[in-house]
Amino acid sequence: MTSQEKTSRRRPRSGRFRMGTALLAAAGLLALSACSPGTPQGTEAKTLKVVYQKTDSFTALDDVLKAAKTEFEAANSGVTVQLEPIQANDDDYGTKLALSHRSAETAPDVFYEDTFKVRSDVDAGYLLKLDEHLAAWPDWANFTDAAKAAGRADDGGIYAVPLGTDTRAIWYNKTVLQKAGIAVPWQPRTWEDILTAARKMKAADPAVVPFNMYAGKATGEGTVMQSFYELLYGTGSTLYDEQEKKWVVGSKGFTDSLQFLKTLYDEKLAVTPAEALDPNVWKRVFGEWLPKGKMGATVEGSYTPSFWQKGGAYEWPGYAKDMGVAMFPTQNGQEPGGVSMSGGWTLAVGAKTKSPDLAFKFLATALNRKNALAFDTANSQIAVRSDVAADPGYQSANPFVKDVSALVDVTHFRPATADYPRISSAVQEATEAVITGKQSPAEAAAAYGAAVKKIVGEDKVIRK
Amino acid sequence: MLFLDRGPSPEEPRSREVRRPTVPRGSALRRRLRLLPVLPSVLLLALFLLAPVAWSFYASFTDVALSGKAAREPSWIGLDNYGRMINEEGFPLALWLTVVFVGASAIIGQNLLGLALALLMQRGNRALSRVVGTAVVAAWVLPEIVAAFAAYAYFSRDGTLNQILGTAGLEGADWLYSYPMAAVVLANIWRGTAFSMLVYRAALAEVPADIMEAALMDGAGGLQRLFFITLPMIRNSIASNLMLITLQTLAVFTLIWVMTAGGPAGASSTLPVLAYQEAFKFGDIGYGTAIASVLILVGMVFGIVYVRLLREAKR
Repeated sequence: MTSQEKTSRRRPRSGRFRMGTALLAAAGLLALSACSPGTPQGTEAKTLKVVYQKTDSFTALDDVLKAAKTEFEAANSGVTVQLEPIQANDDDYGTKLALSHRSAETAPDVFYEDTFKVRSDVDAGYLLKLDEHLAAWPDWANFTDAAKAAGRADDGGIYAVPLGTDTRAIWYNKTVLQKAGIAVPWQPRTWEDILTAARKMKAADPAVVPFNMYAGKATGEGTVMQSFYELLYGTGSTLYDEQEKKWVVGSKGFTDSLQFLKTLYDEKLAVTPAEALDPNVWKRVFGEWLPKGKMGATVEGSYTPSFWQKGGAYEWPGYAKDMGVAMFPTQNGQEPGGVSMSGGWTLAVGAKTKSPDLAFKFLATALNRKNALAFDTANSQIAVRSDVAADPGYQSANPFVKDVSALVDVTHFRPATADYPRISSAVQEATEAVITGKQSPAEAAAAYGAAVKKIVGEDKVIRK
Repeated sequence: MLFLDRGPSPEEPRSREVRRPTVPRGSALRRRLRLLPVLPSVLLLALFLLAPVAWSFYASFTDVALSGKAAREPSWIGLDNYGRMINEEGFPLALWLTVVFVGASAIIGQNLLGLALALLMQRGNRALSRVVGTAVVAAWVLPEIVAAFAAYAYFSRDGTLNQILGTAGLEGADWLYSYPMAAVVLANIWRGTAFSMLVYRAALAEVPADIMEAALMDGAGGLQRLFFITLPMIRNSIASNLMLITLQTLAVFTLIWVMTAGGPAGASSTLPVLAYQEAFKFGDIGYGTAIASVLILVGMVFGIVYVRLLREAKR
């Protein structure tokens, strides 16, 4: 009581005193938080931050980078490689990576980058030009020309080095096809062949999903790379006119491709639209439907065996015997008789790195013959180094290496312009509208045309 | 909201007239010094709350992006982002869905259900009301992400709801795909009702028993007592509750993102979901922040309306 009275009587002075202390403390706190870099400058230069993607079904890169870290740290004493895997799907990984590039504090020194994002990220100033470093790297000569082009930006410089590439094909379950009376090995020549076979499978066993092709926004790039572009590029149409540097809209091929997807979904030859719009649908394709003989065929990447081989996410010893691979046909069997799409991922050096030489050295270690071979076999990638491609270990990694590598002859690449991600999203939207019955193929194609015009502008669009 | 202007406001005992001890007339400087203790918190708020809001507002007038040239040197594009909203199909739909979501799940669902529960608990048996209260509050206690997963597990195709329907011999629909809005609205009602219930329980406890008795003596029936006495007396709490749950529901993201991710074909994509998709999925931060700015404005409009109502209620 008495002490309280005392303080209240002395309030002005002690109050002011307390205020002063509080202010000082607050100011101190602010100052502290404003200027405390995590680590002292000296050691920062000796730490390399490596950012990459890792998921429960994709650990091949993690293993390779761990091996590269050991190798690199042994050869460069005093340097620590800090591996920072991001557990996310492709879309979220791309977002997280782009956000980390926005500040020098968080930007990685070396990172895993999708080829189709290289040009747009170079425009954004996220990638370091590697021309000088590559000129002094003897291994560079072993990379194929296509691989060298994968990391090239609009200014002609090379900014990223690919780990491997891939192709897309039809993967079919032989037992399901045989049950429906379809002879294996199976090679459809036209879209109609696919529908005929799928209808036969449906008739033989209504419980199986005869022929799945992804659609909708949930599967992201999977929808376009492993489904829509196989259709579109087989109609004679294209997404982007490389000569004119314009986006193609209003083509008959686009509408036909949507119509094909609509037929698959309307006749219940693919998964249900609800299943298609689940972002995890591909996990059920690899982990459940194909191994259990509940799906006849799907369009997927050359990396498919990586899920089933020993150590994969959905180990399935019988895949080599039960599965077959076929080229995706063109619409009416026109030349060149088949379609495939290629992508692939690269390693790149961050533009904001404090030690570019060390960063490139690590990149070179991670991509040397031994590590590239380990990655390409573990992840069922198509090798981009000629010495890896010639390795017997690579060629016998799985029974399908030869088949999917041959598809390089008929493959296409995405137009890797800065606008591409939005265009891709517009395509995905069109497929979603069609399979859910929201729009007819013609309406969806018209909406796509309007969306593209909005994204790139009237002058960058060509009607074909 | 409907009943706020109903019936005459009963005379409340006022204690406003109690005189505060007069402040010694110090200098203006001294009066200003009194504000010093709040200065740190004001500074921190400005730094961590106001600054991001201001930045987001600024960014909405530029074409800043996650990648491409605009990431390095964003340029000022004026009202282009806002113009795009009007022309683009996604935005009007998202705005409408936001209104539906807030109206159905907060203003009608959580609010009325919370009030009903509170009224029933007041006269219901104590053990029962305790059990009900715990069950309702349990959803509120769960972190949003856990509640979202629980709701997903309930409504998904092979989820709890369809299994229950299955045992009854009925075949359920694919709720998250066929009725995405209904599913997220129900989930948000389930999650948020506890808050309204707690607010109303506290408010009802404050309604003086003698007024109720007087009304009873005058022969007022149950509904009459509810509409002419109880509701007018707790209108303050009603307005505060509506304001809080509206603002909370406007900002709901995790629940919808986990359950439907805004799909199918944008059928459950409210403004926060749309803003996230535009900014981080398509990398168009400028457009995303423009949507977020509209969301802030919508929230402010609601806030002003409720504050007005509150002020009227006090008069």
